[in-house]
Amino acid sequence: AMEGGPGARIREGDCAVLKRDEVFKAVSVLRRRKIIFEKQWFYLDNAIGHIYGTTFEVTSGGNLQPKQEVEETTTDTKEAGTDNRNIVDDGKSQKLTHDDIKALKDKGIKGQEIVQQLIENSTTFRDKTEFAQDKYIKKKKKKYEAVITIVKPSTRILSTMYYAREPGKINHMRYDTLAQMLTLGNIHAGNKMIVMETCAGLVLGAVMERMGGYGSIIQMYPGGGPVRAATSCFGFPKPFFDNLHEFPLSKVQSLLSGTFSTETLPADPEESALVEEESNGLSEEKQISLQETEEEPATEAPMEINPTEEQDTMDMNAEDGEFKENKEKENKENVREKQIKQWERRKKLKEAAALLREKNADGLIVASKFHPTPLLLSLLEFVAPSRPFVVYCQYKEPLLECYTKLRERGGVINLKLSETWLRNYQVLPDRSHPKLTMSGGGGYLLSGITVVLEKGRPDSSTSEALKVEEPASKRCKLQDLPC
Amino acid sequence: MSFVEYGDTIKDGDTAIVFLGHESMFPVKVQHGTVTQTKYGVIRHSTDLIGKKYGSKVTCSKGGWVFILHPTPELWTMNLPHRTQILYSTDISIITMMLELKPGSIVCESGTGSGSLSHALIRTVAPTGHLYTVEFHQQRAEKAREEFREHGVEHLVTVTNQDVCKNGFGVSNIADAVFLDIPSPWEAIGHAKSALKAEGGRICSFSPCIEQVQRTCLAMEEYGFTEINTLEILLRVYNVRTVSLQIPDLGKAAEDNSSTGFDSSNPSHQGSPCANLQEGTVQFKSGVPLREVVGHTGYLTFATKS
Repeated sequence: AMEGGPGARIREGDCAVLKRDEVFKAVSVLRRRKIIFEKQWFYLDNAIGHIYGTTFEVTSGGNLQPKQEVEETTTDTKEAGTDNRNIVDDGKSQKLTHDDIKALKDKGIKGQEIVQQLIENSTTFRDKTEFAQDKYIKKKKKKYEAVITIVKPSTRILSTMYYAREPGKINHMRYDTLAQMLTLGNIHAGNKMIVMETCAGLVLGAVMERMGGYGSIIQMYPGGGPVRAATSCFGFPKPFFDNLHEFPLSKVQSLLSGTFSTETLPADPEESALVEEESNGLSEEKQISLQETEEEPATEAPMEINPTEEQDTMDMNAEDGEFKENKEKENKENVREKQIKQWERRKKLKEAAALLREKNADGLIVASKFHPTPLLLSLLEFVAPSRPFVVYCQYKEPLLECYTKLRERGGVINLKLSETWLRNYQVLPDRSHPKLTMSGGGGYLLSGITVVLEKGRPDSSTSEALKVEEPASKRCKLQDLPC
Repeated sequence: MSFVEYGDTIKDGDTAIVFLGHESMFPVKVQHGTVTQTKYGVIRHSTDLIGKKYGSKVTCSKGGWVFILHPTPELWTMNLPHRTQILYSTDISIITMMLELKPGSIVCESGTGSGSLSHALIRTVAPTGHLYTVEFHQQRAEKAREEFREHGVEHLVTVTNQDVCKNGFGVSNIADAVFLDIPSPWEAIGHAKSALKAEGGRICSFSPCIEQVQRTCLAMEEYGFTEINTLEILLRVYNVRTVSLQIPDLGKAAEDNSSTGFDSSNPSHQGSPCANLQEGTVQFKSGVPLREVVGHTGYLTFATKS
């Protein structure tokens, strides 16, 4: 069921994204918590209860106030020049000083009025062309009429935010590249997906959003545990996490060779999560709550623990004087708790292993800092035939090698190495053109489809490779549009 | 199988994709008793397809073989019969993400065209969402309905045969997103706004010409849309090739022992572990761009109704 679409209201505890023009920042919605965003300080208290997408102004007290729809006061005198041949930029055309402007701000004068004052006190304004005036007004408005919109997190918002603010955390994966991955991978409700990513959980979150809580996901992770900082920002309802599993990469080889056991568990994920936790503008509270979603609470007593023993512990009350005895019991409880947690973790690990062993996943997504080849060659074993897979890499060269190794392995068709080129535009009457800056690169993708892998046939892979690779002379004649 | 749910084995009535080799494939309607001709020979549906696992290799009568693939909207886009110019997966991907589509979303689309985007939208909003698609050409609308039925997704889509600029989408205040790919999108912005939920939603307009984009942006502004943003996206594909470059013959240094010039026998000068001696080749792997690529499909303009 659709939860919290555009009609959703801002609630305390939510992860919300603040937006001002093209700048985004993710924050936890908490009362009496000072937020700094775009050189402004404010509290989010007044925003609680409003619909996501509402635009606010920051009052002098640091509170948010919904922006009223104001009639744009158009400058009556449409006095303007024709070009800038006589305009000299000597830095002296604005008669208001820094102090003057500060005084206006301190008086509580609204941004719109300040902009009006700046226009009136500019000696060169009326000589500017209409376009230059327009640009000037837009620039001043951006600076002095600071409005903030609170938007609901989504793949679109978060992938744009991460690419702009912390691209290193997501291996410089541009948002349109992520969009391609989700579509090429045919991510949809009901899939059984394998996801391996080191993108702060952004890719996992995007996959979860497109699956809508249906189906299942097995997240492969390096080291002690998966990082899901970005995932928690999506604000998925709890049931979404019921079918989210994780499995350590360090156990993949043993699983493939049949020697898998749960005797040696990877390092405590709680500790690893603390160490690897990133704060992308998230307040501490969110980090702690992330831990909570990671740790599965032990809801049922494991079979090994003697139920009567537990009963005794509970019957103990404070009236029983012996402090030492209580301390001993406390220690026993801690040990028991640890045992329960370990038992839970082993159980989950076995479940995840069982899911992988079925070798019938509906797709594979890889987006990590690691070399993709070993990941693909091993994880593809868990994917059913006739299913798509997509690998992201910041660099092209590792994917060249990956492609070659996949050809040698066989069992894959329709291999495609690609990148997308993205350009934003300014569209204004008589002033339309591509924007001045653009991203130099957004990463590369290698995608393909699995087929039944025929082992033991000495010449099958080479003949497949020959068949699948178009000879050079024919390539030029292809009329199909490559997409 | 269906376009919105994976199945393991090929069944009678399925639409399957026959893969013959590099960028050579076609869709086939699986039916008991029928045969399909390929350049490798005949495929008999009853014996070669039905009951086989998707992804299997099928040997045809002449001895050559093909793979049978499970349909996906992406494969469908590459193989569907064109009634109009279609949208390809590159544009479809960014549209899906920027419109924030997911299971349960309600989407409005016009024009339906050949149903390329439609199939992708249906896949994304399934199982609880819905697509309302409007097509003003009667035959195309009917063909689309037929295809959705054949592909088992008719419960997720409603095709309406009317002019969206005059009569809108046939629904109001329910859509999370609206998509326009029509000659005069600015004439449909008002209808788009009323189709969208009162609390807000996203809109996207696709136009090949910048003049269309300009008019559409103006209309969006007039109707109170915010966050208006225009972009274009292009796909660059690379062919993985092993390339050999010849090392030129630069002649020999002087005959005596004093070696002032380039010492060709020293491997460190060659700069590559695969290098042979001076008269040889250097091999390397490269991602080679295609000779001709798509340079433009259309401009995508997104906006928010709040």
